[in-house]
Amino acid sequence: MDFVKNFPLFMIVLCLLSSSTSTLLKKEWARIVNTALIVIVGVMSYMVMVYCQANGSFTYMMGHFPAPWGNEVRGGVLEGFMGAFFCVIMLLSMLGGHKKLFDEVEETKHNLYYVLVDLLLCSLIALVYTNDLFTAYVFIEINTISACGLIMIRQNGRTIEAAVRYMVMSLLGSGLILMGICMIYDITGHLLMSNIKEYIEGMNGYSVPLLVSIALMSVGLAIKSALFPFHAWLPDAYGYSTVSSAAILSSLVSKGYIFLLIKIIYRVIGFDVYKGTHIIDVLFIFGLMGMIFGSVSAIRENDVRRMIAYSSVAQIGYIYMGIGMGTELGMSASVFHILSHGATKSLLFIAAIGLTEVSGGSRHFEELTGAGYRNKWSGIAFTVGSLSMVGIPLFSGFISKLLFAQAAVGLSGRMLPALIVLGISTILNAIYFLKTVIRIYTPVEETEFFELHSKQIKRYATVLAAFMLLNVFLGVMSEPITSLITAGLEMFS
Amino acid sequence: MLHFGPYFSANIPEALSMLMFVIGFANLMLQPNLIKKIIGFNIMDSSIYLFLALKGYINGRVAPIVVDGVTSMDKYINPIPSGLVLTGIVVSVSVTALMLSLTIRLYKRYHSLDLDEISLQLKKEGL
Repeated sequence: MDFVKNFPLFMIVLCLLSSSTSTLLKKEWARIVNTALIVIVGVMSYMVMVYCQANGSFTYMMGHFPAPWGNEVRGGVLEGFMGAFFCVIMLLSMLGGHKKLFDEVEETKHNLYYVLVDLLLCSLIALVYTNDLFTAYVFIEINTISACGLIMIRQNGRTIEAAVRYMVMSLLGSGLILMGICMIYDITGHLLMSNIKEYIEGMNGYSVPLLVSIALMSVGLAIKSALFPFHAWLPDAYGYSTVSSAAILSSLVSKGYIFLLIKIIYRVIGFDVYKGTHIIDVLFIFGLMGMIFGSVSAIRENDVRRMIAYSSVAQIGYIYMGIGMGTELGMSASVFHILSHGATKSLLFIAAIGLTEVSGGSRHFEELTGAGYRNKWSGIAFTVGSLSMVGIPLFSGFISKLLFAQAAVGLSGRMLPALIVLGISTILNAIYFLKTVIRIYTPVEETEFFELHSKQIKRYATVLAAFMLLNVFLGVMSEPITSLITAGLEMFS
Repeated sequence: MLHFGPYFSANIPEALSMLMFVIGFANLMLQPNLIKKIIGFNIMDSSIYLFLALKGYINGRVAPIVVDGVTSMDKYINPIPSGLVLTGIVVSVSVTALMLSLTIRLYKRYHSLDLDEISLQLKKEGL
């Protein structure tokens, strides 16, 4: 079974290969290649996870150059699990937004969309598996470029402006990350994560440059994953792009950066060193602020897709709050929230598109009245997503809130703010999500409404049902998943 | 009189590169004009490459290209920072190209390079 060790490299190469061949293929073939790729990569990631559960983590040398010189890929339980999870979400998002994509994007550009998605998957997988900081930087940039393409493939003024704003913020972030990586390279002389950590553990002196470098990398990744004060680009980018893009961007792209940050905390800097710096307090405070202000902006929004986008700001705040707690429990709660938010937010985006479709294409609340009766599946799915976001038991959102609360209890100085803000944020979540749910189930007089073709409805309903099942699965079967996350985090250090 | 400490004079180029980084960063963040933003981005990235190249250079040694059969390790500098600089340049060139193409698209639509003005026009359109 040692052959599994090759899989991380295979996945990256396969993604690059299929993205470059897809430029030559017709759109139907590009779609088939894309779907097959996501399935294959997902299965490979799952096999990596199973292998690592039995045999522990492994590193894979590229070209057989040993540790301080060569480039390395690392596989572990959490990496495999994240990779497989990202693939599941991406597959469902692509299937769910498939029809809308064909309506909204020019005919000649369809195969380019699949090229971008392949590239995005490649960069996500590389960010998850890499053991080398500079490789991580390069794939961060690939991720940014393909995400920008995903935003602007639906051509109108809004999306191009949103793409420019996204690029500007991302470039600020990646500039900071690159500076941080250069500094840490200058201090330690290594680029491989494990070597850097070894060096830092035995290092004396250079504490200020190390602090600066940690701060630069954390802030850079926080900007790129849209932590609260840096979220200005987010509502336009998520609100106006085509629905698959919005689902993928909100549940995968920002999560890839957060996962990289967690990996840097554990594998480059060391959890204890990171805890000793005050950057963790900054992340905690901005996380708390994001939870409140993101929800407040969402309440004031009159456009359902922008509302869901603002809700992402609040959820990213939750994740950073967990990281900022500085305990193992907080960290595993954050990782669980990455999963739960990924599963829920893409469900909401895809359900919202079904609701707007039967409301004359309008996304304003007044027009959505009674949409839940017109498109039953979307209505149910949106309700499930909303309940999960609010944190009703049985759904995944409840478990992540529970884990955050458990992690907060007993932390001196952080318990009270964390619990209070968690409570307030839950109430605010309930206000805007339940408001929408009540709105879509307010009966209206029968007017003409759109008939969808039965085949499309079947496919769409299957996707929504799969999303809902995933959500309930995360909510009910949380025990094995949390133990898996804990095991994976332990394997990091 | 400011006191800079004993290592300042040895690190003036590095300090300069940090200054350039800040200038570029501020330009990228604050300028409303898209072309100036892109110039700011290039200044920022160049400063990082300057910093890397400076840190990779050792006084009195040359780039690791073997001439005259000298293979002793202490005659050459470490090639990795230079390699990283090259990789970084490739990345920043492609990102610059992407930004410029986005700028052209926006300019064709709105006849303006000012991002704030474009936002105003978008609001008027009410898309």
